[in-house]
Amino acid sequence: MSKSVYINSVGSVSVQKTFDNSEFLNEITFYNDTVASVINPDYKAYIPPAQARRMAKGIKMSTVSSQTALQEAGIENVDAIIVGTGLGCLGDSEKFVGDIIENNEQFLTPTRFIQSSHNTVAGQIALGINCKGYNFTYVHATVSFESALLDAKMQLEQDEAEHILVGGVDEMVKYHVNSHRLIGHIKSEPVHASKLLESNTKGSVMGEGSHFFVLSNQKQESTYAELVSVECYNSMLKEDLPKKVVSFLTENQTDVASIDLVILGNNGDVNFDGYYNDLTTGLFKDTPQAYYKHLSAEYDTATGFAFWLGAKILKTQTIPEVVRLNKSKASNPKTILIYNQYRGENHSLVLLRKC
Amino acid sequence: MSKGVAITGMGVISAIGNNALENYESLISGKAGISKITHIDTIHADAIMVGEIKTTNTTFEQQLNLTENSYSRSPILGIIAAKEALAQAGITDINNYKTGLISSTTVGGMDKSEQYFYEYFESDAHWQHINGLHAGDSTKKIADAIGLKESFVTTISTACSSAANAIMLGARMIKSGRLDRVVVGGTDALSKFTINGFKTLMILSDTYNTPFDENRKGLNLGEAAAFLVLESDEIVARENRKVLAYVKGYGNANDAFHQTASSENGDGAVLAMEKALKVAGLQPEDIDYVNAHGTATPNNDLSEGRAMLRIFGEGKVPEFSSTKAYTGHTLAVAGGVEAVYSILAIQNNRIYPNLNFKTPMKEFDLRPQTQVKEKEIKNVLSNSFGFGGNCSTLIISQEA
Repeated sequence: MSKSVYINSVGSVSVQKTFDNSEFLNEITFYNDTVASVINPDYKAYIPPAQARRMAKGIKMSTVSSQTALQEAGIENVDAIIVGTGLGCLGDSEKFVGDIIENNEQFLTPTRFIQSSHNTVAGQIALGINCKGYNFTYVHATVSFESALLDAKMQLEQDEAEHILVGGVDEMVKYHVNSHRLIGHIKSEPVHASKLLESNTKGSVMGEGSHFFVLSNQKQESTYAELVSVECYNSMLKEDLPKKVVSFLTENQTDVASIDLVILGNNGDVNFDGYYNDLTTGLFKDTPQAYYKHLSAEYDTATGFAFWLGAKILKTQTIPEVVRLNKSKASNPKTILIYNQYRGENHSLVLLRKC
Repeated sequence: MSKGVAITGMGVISAIGNNALENYESLISGKAGISKITHIDTIHADAIMVGEIKTTNTTFEQQLNLTENSYSRSPILGIIAAKEALAQAGITDINNYKTGLISSTTVGGMDKSEQYFYEYFESDAHWQHINGLHAGDSTKKIADAIGLKESFVTTISTACSSAANAIMLGARMIKSGRLDRVVVGGTDALSKFTINGFKTLMILSDTYNTPFDENRKGLNLGEAAAFLVLESDEIVARENRKVLAYVKGYGNANDAFHQTASSENGDGAVLAMEKALKVAGLQPEDIDYVNAHGTATPNNDLSEGRAMLRIFGEGKVPEFSSTKAYTGHTLAVAGGVEAVYSILAIQNNRIYPNLNFKTPMKEFDLRPQTQVKEKEIKNVLSNSFGFGGNCSTLIISQEA
């Protein structure tokens, strides 16, 4: 008998002011740019300043979001730590490469190399809370976070663990933005966030963030929602997508009519938003629809923001107007489907339910 | 105790051979693959030794029908090893069962990223490598090469325990019924990035690495790819597959001691081995051979040695050896390469020598196996430890 899996707490540091769990998108920042940087919480409240100076941005963001999640769940330790990150502490990797080239492989120091290891965030959190349990890091582009979710879900269902800290983090780095702009992955012209989906240009607006959650197989007062299912697909033809969504819902004993809100990963890339548009005008045309990348911007673990959004909506039973994509009436949302893909690859479906 | 997961295919490419058979022949003939570096232009060339695969990218590109310089070396090596594993399992249609791919890497396409780092902004000649910096990009290329579609494909990066974790996750996904078949392993090519990184940590030996030796001077970096095919019992029965061995146990723990160093007494390693034995339903005395992580760094070998003593008891540690003296430390792939070596040990009832060992460490009375030994081998325990405190253990067994 497999156990149900619950989202017992959230922690978010993003390009919106999301680090305070008592708020829910009360203040919105609309960027008019091709990139968006994280809104910094008061790191000093979490990290001694001497340590913070040498710390990669991804570690700092994750220290705050993971501690927020642990506090809200009311626990000091967990059975496992599972992190998804597309690029790890990329800033240190790229600085280390730059140093190698500029100094002709001399006068290098280990800090940047150490922090560049993809599993640094998971390792640092384990060190911080002295967690000797299962420790994993997934690095598969835009399903990094979903891979972590899936792993946690498998363990909790089988009762191999009771509480797992699961997160997704990616930091934005100038070199990476510049190099990915060359190949058209990042927009060349600024776009106002409220007009993201009408940009009609290729590429996306790049951002960053860190989202952590305590998933558990025990419901408690702080519980946000039940994580019903997660699936990832490395490839998908656009015409096969609706069929795949329906079979995913069927496997989870639900259907399109039962979805109270679909959260979609439209990022304003004219070449790839078609996947979402086919769903909004087809399978989900009568379903309340939401989007979020005008608020979160795009990065490998941006679905952490979507997961946070879905959890908050189910707990607060409010859908912020700013994320609404259509006018369909949505009250008392009980079941939420999150769908994401990036550049036509790495598709994911996540099903959440109010409990 | 739970049943093991069937391994029906394996593939490996390393400094001691371009396929599993070549690797095995090198292992039993004591032929190491450690040499001076030839493919990467580094100022440390005279100061380090590496486990380099001598075949060039150009030769591999011709073999795989790839456009010249379209892929970095990690996906190229990965494709070769994954295809070998699938061919051995006799799989012709990858999509005829619910199949997944779980790869692992530490550097991904770093060899190309570091080469064209600034050039990208001057010329578009090598823009094909820009996205290769994503670790997941190497896995995507392997998935494409084996034709996997609409499937679960992911990448793990837990430093030097990555491939062991990929195998562990794959076994769990088969057991839970989420997948019927999964290709698991990893790939890592040599790069200036890792050479210089380990150099700054001062754990690179300037000569042949000597695992578990009192006078060990550090590790030799290596490059490799290794993949296994794991299949459900239903497929094994229906397709009448030959099972090579079973993934019987696995354990993952965190040392939570230091970002790059192992704790003195190997707490994380002990936890990982204990968990693996528990999952396998085996006792320490059931282990016939330990393929140690044995990187030949002062820190690892001391910590791992103490951990083995804690698990097996004084005077009761079974025959053990580190094969890093053959291959170098292949980082993410180490656990994958060594899983293949564990299967080969079971198939051939042979324990491989721990090359270059002369003087026992003064901290304890542990001597690795130094000659090829014939012995009936039912269960092999294989360790992989990494930065970030990541500790993983696999138990590969002859019987389910």
